[in-house]
Amino acid sequence: MDHVREIVPDAKKGIKRVFQADRKQIQRRVQLSESLRYVFASMIFMALLVLIFLLVDIFRTSRGWLTWDFITGNLSIFPEKAGIFGAIMGTLYMMLIVIPVTFILGVSTAIYLEEYAKQGRLKHFININISNLASVPSVIFGLLGLAVFSRLMGLGGSILAGGLTMSLLVLPIVVVASQEALKAVPSYLREASYALGADKWTTVSRVVIPVALPSILTGFILGVSRAIGETAPLVVLGIPTLILRVPRGIMDDFTTLPIQIYYWTLDTVLTPEYGNLAAATIVVLLLVLLVMNSVAIYIRNRFEKKF
Amino acid sequence: MEQKETVFQVKDLDLWYGKDQALKKINLEIYKNQVTAIIGPSGCGKSTFIKTLNRMVENIPIVRTEGEILYHGEDIFHKGVRVEELRTQVGMVFQKPNPFPKSILENVLYAPKIHGLKDKELLMDIAEKSLKGAALWDEVKNRLHDNAYGLSGGQQQRLCIARALAVQPDVILMDEPTSALDPIATAKIEELMEELKNDYTIVIVTHSMQQAARISDRTAFFLMGEMIEYGETKHLFTNPKDKRTEDYITGRFG
Repeated sequence: MDHVREIVPDAKKGIKRVFQADRKQIQRRVQLSESLRYVFASMIFMALLVLIFLLVDIFRTSRGWLTWDFITGNLSIFPEKAGIFGAIMGTLYMMLIVIPVTFILGVSTAIYLEEYAKQGRLKHFININISNLASVPSVIFGLLGLAVFSRLMGLGGSILAGGLTMSLLVLPIVVVASQEALKAVPSYLREASYALGADKWTTVSRVVIPVALPSILTGFILGVSRAIGETAPLVVLGIPTLILRVPRGIMDDFTTLPIQIYYWTLDTVLTPEYGNLAAATIVVLLLVLLVMNSVAIYIRNRFEKKF
Repeated sequence: MEQKETVFQVKDLDLWYGKDQALKKINLEIYKNQVTAIIGPSGCGKSTFIKTLNRMVENIPIVRTEGEILYHGEDIFHKGVRVEELRTQVGMVFQKPNPFPKSILENVLYAPKIHGLKDKELLMDIAEKSLKGAALWDEVKNRLHDNAYGLSGGQQQRLCIARALAVQPDVILMDEPTSALDPIATAKIEELMEELKNDYTIVIVTHSMQQAARISDRTAFFLMGEMIEYGETKHLFTNPKDKRTEDYITGRFG
């Protein structure tokens, strides 16, 4: 059945046609489709190539430096003794602020906008601003955090100040993702619930949110991973790198993995070993992000409901 | 002549979507334990009308109504009426089967649970009765915990009927309940309606005149937002009083 067969055009059987499809034209289009497959495939290959090159470079540079002592050790100015336990704990502590703040504020905002707010100018205005905020450079959020949390509220360079600043950065992403998730819930499910005498909150909590939750969580985890990887806002907040003691509470000074990478990279010129330390820290950061994203994908696949 | 109890009395009902008037001075009465069919061409307001009976139409923000709908003598538009309570009395089945992405049992028990019933035995009892009432029990009794989306379209629609029955309603509104189903599933639902009218009052919107003729006791013919004619089905189909009704049922337009 694979060979091209000549189909006798109906026109030759006496049926008048306004238009007869051009066989050559069809052949050209099919050929174009086929060759585009290779064009697109080579594009993805190029993107992967760059990524692989980066990864290989980082793994090679970090070889021998990524030890258990490095992960569990405290910071030191001597490269051989330096560890990133403080930075890991700083990142985790910051997540302790970012996760609840963004989840509660972000999902509530999305529920209000999608389920409660009346269609109108105000909602439109808020939506546009949230989308805009999602694309504001992270440095700007750092400046805002510096002005409001560090100075005005006197939180300085504490975990609380850093966590709140990061929350602001992540919030628009979580709001937009949650809004999209809620929008994707078919309206006939809401109608079914209302027709059974359910009020708005019952409908939202028992029908809409369970259906939207996997997408909400996926967006949320991706947003939070962004906070783990961000550097710029914390640099603006003046988060120091030389923290010799592990933070014990949210009011303590702290540093995070990306900050540690940033400062070590800056000092590579003077102390070449810092480059190896930075590479080893990048590997740790990548692993953390890989775990987070895997969890996001797992949740999405596990709870995805078929319609 | 037998005494008929009025369930709904619609008085001078007008309805606008923004500036467009969708219903014009509708007057009709719906009687207990009867099947009342609403027929008419697309866009004649029949769906809009049925959705005003349980006020689902108000979910569209630009809707405005005037006039009265008395349900057992009480105006459903009165300020003191909670739509949630009205809808526990006046259930609805939609055009497209719309079960929740939950188990069969959870679907049926959704309404009893949200309205505060906790007694497990009573809940199971309601589930069984409702599923039996919708002629679905025998097909699903061994897989009550399976997801409702595993059912066929016709079964899903009967599940939606069971879900509506579980609220213990008085009236069931059906908005073209068989238009997404094949002929066999349609026949089953029509058979079911015959059973259901012993206990419930049914109002059905249908685009199929044959269906209206087969299953309904009374038929209302709507055209461009107006109710043209309303009467006993056998009279309306054999001896229509209005020329437009005659034209429609003989297939001259629509």
